[in-house]
Amino acid sequence: MATTEVERRRGQLAALSIAAVVIIVGVPLWWRTTETYRAWLPVNQINELANLQLQLSADVEVVFARGTVTPEQQKKVPTQVVISLCLFCSSPLEADLSLHTLSESPCGSLVVYVIPESSTLLPEDVDVYIGQRRTALLRIEQLLAHLEPRIKQVLQVMSFSHTDITAALSDRVRLSPGNKESIADSMRAFKSSPGYEITFSLLNPDPKSHRVHWDIEGAVQTYIQPLLTKLAPLANFSIDSQTLYYAMLGVNPRYDSSRSAYTLNSDSLAHVINPVEARLGSNAASSNPVLNFLLYVPDAHHSPLHIHDHKKQEVLSNAFHSPRWGGIMVYNVNGFYGPEAVFPVDININMAKVMGVFLAQLRLLLGVQSSAPPPGFLVAPCSSTGLADWELDRLMWSRTVENVATATTTITSLAQLLDQIGNIVINDNIAQQVSSAVTSLQLAVAELEAGNLGFALQYSKEAILASERAFFDPSLLHLLYFPDDQKFAIYIPLFLPMCVPILLSLLKIVSEARQKRRERQAKKD
Amino acid sequence: VHLTISQSRAASSANHIQPLLVDNAGQFFSSGHTNNWAVLVCTSRFWFNYRHVANTLSVYRSVKRLGIPDSHIVLMLADDMACNHRNPKPATVFSHKNMELNVYGDDVEVDYRGYEVTVENFLRVLTGRLPPSTPRSKRLLSDDRSNILIYLTGHGGNGFLKFQDSEEISNVELADAFEQMWQKRRYNELLFIIDTCQGASMYERFYSPNLMALASSQVGEDSLSHQPDLAIGVHLMDRYTFYLLEFLEDIHPASKTNMNDLFKVCPKSQCVSTPGHRTDLFLRDPGSVLITDFFGSVRKVEITMETINLTDPIKQVEQRKYSYVDQLPVSEIIHQKPKQKDWHPPDGFILGLWTLILLVFFKLYGMKHLKHIF
Repeated sequence: MATTEVERRRGQLAALSIAAVVIIVGVPLWWRTTETYRAWLPVNQINELANLQLQLSADVEVVFARGTVTPEQQKKVPTQVVISLCLFCSSPLEADLSLHTLSESPCGSLVVYVIPESSTLLPEDVDVYIGQRRTALLRIEQLLAHLEPRIKQVLQVMSFSHTDITAALSDRVRLSPGNKESIADSMRAFKSSPGYEITFSLLNPDPKSHRVHWDIEGAVQTYIQPLLTKLAPLANFSIDSQTLYYAMLGVNPRYDSSRSAYTLNSDSLAHVINPVEARLGSNAASSNPVLNFLLYVPDAHHSPLHIHDHKKQEVLSNAFHSPRWGGIMVYNVNGFYGPEAVFPVDININMAKVMGVFLAQLRLLLGVQSSAPPPGFLVAPCSSTGLADWELDRLMWSRTVENVATATTTITSLAQLLDQIGNIVINDNIAQQVSSAVTSLQLAVAELEAGNLGFALQYSKEAILASERAFFDPSLLHLLYFPDDQKFAIYIPLFLPMCVPILLSLLKIVSEARQKRRERQAKKD
Repeated sequence: VHLTISQSRAASSANHIQPLLVDNAGQFFSSGHTNNWAVLVCTSRFWFNYRHVANTLSVYRSVKRLGIPDSHIVLMLADDMACNHRNPKPATVFSHKNMELNVYGDDVEVDYRGYEVTVENFLRVLTGRLPPSTPRSKRLLSDDRSNILIYLTGHGGNGFLKFQDSEEISNVELADAFEQMWQKRRYNELLFIIDTCQGASMYERFYSPNLMALASSQVGEDSLSHQPDLAIGVHLMDRYTFYLLEFLEDIHPASKTNMNDLFKVCPKSQCVSTPGHRTDLFLRDPGSVLITDFFGSVRKVEITMETINLTDPIKQVEQRKYSYVDQLPVSEIIHQKPKQKDWHPPDGFILGLWTLILLVFFKLYGMKHLKHIF
C-alpha cells in the first residue's frame, strides 16, 4: 500500500513538475524564439514629425540710397545703412555690377537697394530691377508706407512665395487643383533626386547624305558644365553623349508648299518620342532619372523641317520638350550645301545655337524657370553660367522644402507600415538610418527657420538619403502572410500531443485531491 | 562674356505663353501622368501551361506596339516555351491556332525568367526593395506621375495565385504591396488585370486609392482556355486574354477608346465565365480614362519658346585618344603565363609499379594475405 502511495505521489510530483517546466520555462522560451526581431524606433519623434510646421525665414537687407529718406524718417526706419549709389551710371546693369564689389551676400539672403523716385537709373515703367546676384534695385515714392508691401513683392519673386512652397509640399499636401500653371510646372520639372543623368544624342537618319560632326565635349565644357557646377549643392550630374544612325522620327512630316518646307504640327509631336526612346539606352548601373536631349538632323529628302505650334506659326527655336523626359531640337542643314554637292556632305553643327536651346530646356526641366515676373519688374540678363544667384536660391528653397516633405512622408509611412505589419524584421541598421533621418530632418527644419539655406539644403539631402535607404532596404520584405488558421494548423500537431498527457494528469491530480478532501470531510462527520 | 535671354516674341510673349500653358494644362489635367510602366507576369511553368506564356506575351506585344518602350516594361516569364524541347516550332509562341500570330517575335526582352519569377521577386519589384546590385532593366522606377499596368496570369484560386507550382501569393499580400506603393507615391494610377480562375478574389482586398482592377472570372468560376492547336498539342491562349488581344489590336496610339469599352470585353457568351471589374477606388470616371492612358505611352509635349543666346567660343578640350592599342598590351591584361606542367611518369608505369609492389609483398609475407585484399 505504501509503495503505491509513494509511486502515486512520485507520479503526481512528476506531472506537476513537467507542467511547471512547460509553463514557466517552455512557453516564454517559445514566445521569445518565435518573435521577430524589431529594433527600437523613435516613434514619438516620428509622430511629432507628422505634425511638422515649417517656418522659412530669409534675411533681407534694405539699403537706402542718399536722398530717399529724410533725416526724421531715418530715425524711424530700423535699418540704418545709407550709402551713396552710383546714380549716374548709365544702366542698371552697371550699377548692379558696381554694387557687387560692396558685399557678398550668403545664399538665401537678399539685399534691396532703395533709390529715390527722381533717379533716372531705371527706365520709365520699371520700378524694380532684379540683378544677377542677390540684389534688387527698388524705386519708391516718397511715402515709406509703401515700402513693406513692395519689398514683400520683391521677396516673392526672388526667394519664395506661398504658391511655390505649396507646390513643393505637394507630397504631403494633396494639391487642390487651384492654379493650373503651378500644376503644369510641378509636372514638368523632375522631382528632387540626389543625382541626374544627362544624355545628349545626335540622331542622323541619313548618313549617306550627311556626315555630321559635333564638338559635344567642348560644347558641354563651355556651356553646360558651368551651370551644373553652380547646381552642385543640389545634385550630382553625370553627362554622356551618343550618336545614333538611321534613327527616324515616328511621324511622317507633311509638305507645306506655301513655305516650301516640311512641317510637324504640334499634335503629332507627342508620337515622336516613343519610337526613338526604345533606341536611346541608359546607364544600367544607376537608378537616377535621365534627361535626354536629342538633336535631330532631318534627312535630305525631308529638309527643311519646321515645327509648327497650335496656331500654325513656325517655332523659332525649332524645338520642343516633354515634361520629366527631355527635349528634342530639329537642326536643318539644307542651307549648308547647294544642289550640286557631292554626297555625303560634311556638316559641322553650330553648337552655340544648339546649346542655347538645350540650356533653356534644361533650366525648365530642372525647375529653374517659373512664370514671367509681375509688371513693373525688369530682370537682369543672365550671367555667364545661365543661372542667376537668386534663381539658384529660389530653386534651393523649393528643393529643401520638397526634400523635407518627402523625407517626412517616407519616415512616417515607414513607421506606420512597420506598426501595421507585425511580421517585418527591423534590423539595427534600419533603426539607425531612421534615427539619423529624424535627426537630420529636425536640423533641417531648424536651419530653415534660422534662414541658413545652405545648411538646410545639406541636412535635407542627408535626411532624404537616410530615409530612402531605410524605406527601400531589401530586408524589409514582410514574411509571407500567415492567416490565423494556418498558424493553428502548424502549432497544433507540435503542442497537442505533448499537452494532452500533461493536462490529463493534472486533471487526475485535481480530481484525486478533491476526492481525498471529500473523504476527509466524510471522516470528520 | 555676355549672355542674354531672348524671348521669341518680345512684348506679347507673356500673352503667348499663358494660353499655351492653359492648353497644355488642360491636357495635363485629363490624366495627370507623364510616363507609363507595365509589369507583366506569367506565373506558371511546364509545357502544358503554354497558354499562360502566350497570354503574357500577347499583352507585352500590344503594350510595345502602343508605345511603351522596353526600358519601362518589366516582363516576368516563369518558363521558356519558345525554346522548350517539346515545341515543334522553336523560337515561336503562337497565340492563334493555325499559327497566325507569333507573339514571341525577335524583339522580346524578358527581365525575370525561369526560377527568378517568385513571389518574393514580384513583391520586391513592386515595392522597390531590390538589392543595390539589381540592374536598371529589372527595376520598376516609377514616380508619382506614372501610370502602371499590372497583368498577372496563371493558376489561381479563391484569394491566391500560384507561383511556379510551389508557392502562392495571397490577395492580402497584394493589397499590402499596393498600399506600400501608394505610401511611397510610386504610381499615379494603377490598372490591374488578372486572368486566372476565380480572379475576382484577388482584387477584393484592395484599399489604396487610384486602383482599377479587371478579372477574367468571378469567385467560384473557372477561367477557360480558348482553343487547342493540334500541331503544337496544347491550348494556345485563355479566352479572356484572347478577346482582350483582339480588342487591343484595334487600338492605335491616337485612339480615344475609353475604359467602359474594356469592361465589355469578353461577355459571358464568349468567355463562359463572367469577367468582373472594380472601379470604386478610382478617382476619375472610367468613361474619361483612355485605353492609351495605361496600355500606351502618349507623351505630353510643350513647345520650347525661349532660348538662351550664347556667345562664348567653344573651349578646346584636349583630345584623349580612346584606342585600345594605347592601353595595356593584351598579354598584360590577360596575364597569361605559360602553365607549369608537372612532369608525370607514364600511366602504364604506375600500374606496373603497383603490381610489382603487391607481388613482392605477397611473396615476402605469404599468399594468405591475398584473400584480405580481394
